[in-house]
Amino acid sequence: MNTRTRVLLEESVLPPLVALVVALVAGDLLIMAYGQAPGVVWRALLEGTWGNSYGFGQVLYKATTLACTGLAVAVGLRAGLFNIGAEGQLAAGGFGAGLVGLMLPAGTPALIAVPLCVLAALAAGGAVGSVPGILRARFGAHEVIVTIMLNFIVLALLNYFVSAKLHVPETLHTPEIHAGAVARLSGTFDAFHGSAANWTIVIVLLAAAFVWGFLFRTRAGYELRAVGLQSDAAEYAGIRAGRVWFSAMAMSGALAGLGGINFVLGYKNYYEDGFTGGAGFLGIAVALIGRNNPVGVLLAALFFATLSQGGLAINAMVPKQMVEVLQGIVILAVATAVPEVRRLLRSAMSRRKAAP
Amino acid sequence: MNGAAPAIRLTAIDKYFGAVHANRSASLVVQEREIHALVGENGAGKSTLMKILSGMTPADGGTVEVGGREVTGWTTAEAIAAGVGMVHQHFMLVPTLTVAENVVLGREPVSAGTFDRARAERDVERLCEQSGLAVPAGRLVADLSVGEAQRVEILKLLYRGARVLLLDEPTAVLSPPEVAELWKVLRRLRDGGATIVLITHKLDEVMAVSEHVTVMRMGETVANMATSDTSPEKIAKAMVGRDVDLAVRQGGGAAKLAGTPGAVALDVRHLVVRGARIEKAVDDVSFSIAPGEILGIAGVEGNGQTELLEAIAGIRGVTSGTITLGGADITHRGVHNRGEAGLSHIPEDRHRRGLILDYTLAENLILGQQHHYTNNGILDRHAIIDHARRRIVEYDIRPTDPSLPARALSGGNQQKIVIARELSRAFTVLLAAQPTRGVDVGAIEFIHAELRKAREEGKAVLLVSAELKEVLTLSDRIAVMYGGRFVAMFPRSDASEEVIGPFMTGAARGQVA
Repeated sequence: MNTRTRVLLEESVLPPLVALVVALVAGDLLIMAYGQAPGVVWRALLEGTWGNSYGFGQVLYKATTLACTGLAVAVGLRAGLFNIGAEGQLAAGGFGAGLVGLMLPAGTPALIAVPLCVLAALAAGGAVGSVPGILRARFGAHEVIVTIMLNFIVLALLNYFVSAKLHVPETLHTPEIHAGAVARLSGTFDAFHGSAANWTIVIVLLAAAFVWGFLFRTRAGYELRAVGLQSDAAEYAGIRAGRVWFSAMAMSGALAGLGGINFVLGYKNYYEDGFTGGAGFLGIAVALIGRNNPVGVLLAALFFATLSQGGLAINAMVPKQMVEVLQGIVILAVATAVPEVRRLLRSAMSRRKAAP
Repeated sequence: MNGAAPAIRLTAIDKYFGAVHANRSASLVVQEREIHALVGENGAGKSTLMKILSGMTPADGGTVEVGGREVTGWTTAEAIAAGVGMVHQHFMLVPTLTVAENVVLGREPVSAGTFDRARAERDVERLCEQSGLAVPAGRLVADLSVGEAQRVEILKLLYRGARVLLLDEPTAVLSPPEVAELWKVLRRLRDGGATIVLITHKLDEVMAVSEHVTVMRMGETVANMATSDTSPEKIAKAMVGRDVDLAVRQGGGAAKLAGTPGAVALDVRHLVVRGARIEKAVDDVSFSIAPGEILGIAGVEGNGQTELLEAIAGIRGVTSGTITLGGADITHRGVHNRGEAGLSHIPEDRHRRGLILDYTLAENLILGQQHHYTNNGILDRHAIIDHARRRIVEYDIRPTDPSLPARALSGGNQQKIVIARELSRAFTVLLAAQPTRGVDVGAIEFIHAELRKAREEGKAVLLVSAELKEVLTLSDRIAVMYGGRFVAMFPRSDASEEVIGPFMTGAARGQVA
């Protein structure tokens, strides 16, 4: 096996697979503890997600938001920054998009309204994200602390704006937006009828492609990864870490903010307090399982969306919280699998070499 | 000495850290009730040997005996219980606790289930009196001077009943009066029955306080002498090694044209640079280098060479003074700007600075020059791969696949990446720090040839190396750096290891030419 394939196997492919196997075994035990047959439950989970077009549509819808927050965390980690603030950035993005959608006159053509709302989401998320970037670059404030605290501030502020100024009475959401709605997939493909899947997914796929190109094909991406991998070497190479931290956090926040349009423009057509529902935090797991690679992040987003939607499908047999336990196990397994897998692989190979 | 078992006997100690052979069959015998100096250059293996003795790290071979009892492979807890303790270069104290609290930490006196502070302070005060280590027991450690903090470290060991004290470069952080005070205390402790091993690379200290001295070089113990029978010159010779003739002859041919007369490629005036721990790591250093000249800096590591080069490279800020490159003042320019102005830099630590280990060979070969391989912000992958392929052939880097991560290469080939990158860019001045560190013999020859070629092409080279041999082999002029200053400057023809050695250890001071 040459070095390149080995590295790819060790770093990218095997850890998530090992994690999956561990999660499956743990899931089997949990299911049996509830007196159910694992095969039956797993089948129900698959049928409720990838087995019918409504379920699949829901998986796509959930994966769209998770892909955004996953990309956001991944970009931060590539620069050596741990963005725990995707939750707040996601909410801010959704709010920005909703606000522009409310301010635009009814009947604004989608060709103008949608890009404006998307820009607003990017800008709002980016603004929230750039705060920890600036504080880190200027004052050395640790981004983990700042992003965690900023979550509280942003979510509380948005709650205030909605509940005090913008809400429809008796609810915690704004009125419906006048323009900027993104069409459901079911408008084009009948099979998705009833599911929330919408064309935001295309925007997010483009964003993932953009992130990939940025990280691996531009000088700014080269410098960003250099700072994340070895900041001393980056300094030696004349790269200013402060600038990289700022731009990486702004970009990270913008990507998380982009996820807000999935709910606000694509699903409900209004901003609702608490719509994020932890998708920002789950983005950390998505980035981790996706190995901070945009393609990996998309796959990981699909995986977590499947688990989350599948939880509903098996709720009759086992509590749907079991799925959350499985998510936790997958994360723990991946976090520990990287060095473990490498060790196992090494010893397996040295055995092969030693054999006659 | 008196027929009894020695306090310490280390026999044939071997220790590896990865590929580094830190101790090579090293031995050490220390008698009871003596102050024994363990000297050698940085990286000679002194600290490693002491860590093995104090149980912090196990040896890979050899035996450790303390007081006639074999204790090979013991733990720090066992060592402390047997009365062997170490004072480290970096203090291990809790700054928010008082002196007394720090001293008793882990063995606190207790009354009625709670910490008996009054007794702790009484105990510590009595210990201070007995040992002559004067520290206010009730004061916070955060408020102490460095010298006082060091006394607390020694008190900690005495409180635990240590009879064998290992001190790792204890004077590095002390002022001269504090040093004198420390010697007094050490003598008093010895007279009270303690055995002391003092790690140092300062020869005046060896002469001042020790009874015996053991010299280490490159992991081996190369000499063991009674201090009264030796001299700083003899110790210096043992420290830097005697097999020097070969290198001198090799380098002989190089000194034909010592630079272009009158021209100056790099000029440094009155440079002062702050270090991580001291105010003036570089203290008023001035020199200039002509095109086609190699200026070598000899010196024991940690005397300001690192800070000097980092300041010239733009990585470290300058307190005062100027740096001029080809007539342009670059003192306050950024790293990138200096590179564009003609500065190239082989950094001393390739794993930390010189390479990004997870980047591919091709990516590493443009590090610091990424602007030249970009069109409108997009990396020019063809140019990058093309550049990599050519450098790989020119500099014989193996394996030859440009998409391999640098991590996958051997140390010598990693260094070749750095050399290839820095010598293939457009430059007039090259900073070469430890260019052959951790590199095998073949690669060393190759790198030396490349540095000479750069010189013949009219480049100015500032060379820093812990290998005195290397400095002598390559340089046209040799500066000796000690305590942040240039203490001597020799033309190549006047320099030899015997001449330079005393300056490196501070035993001699001379005129800076």
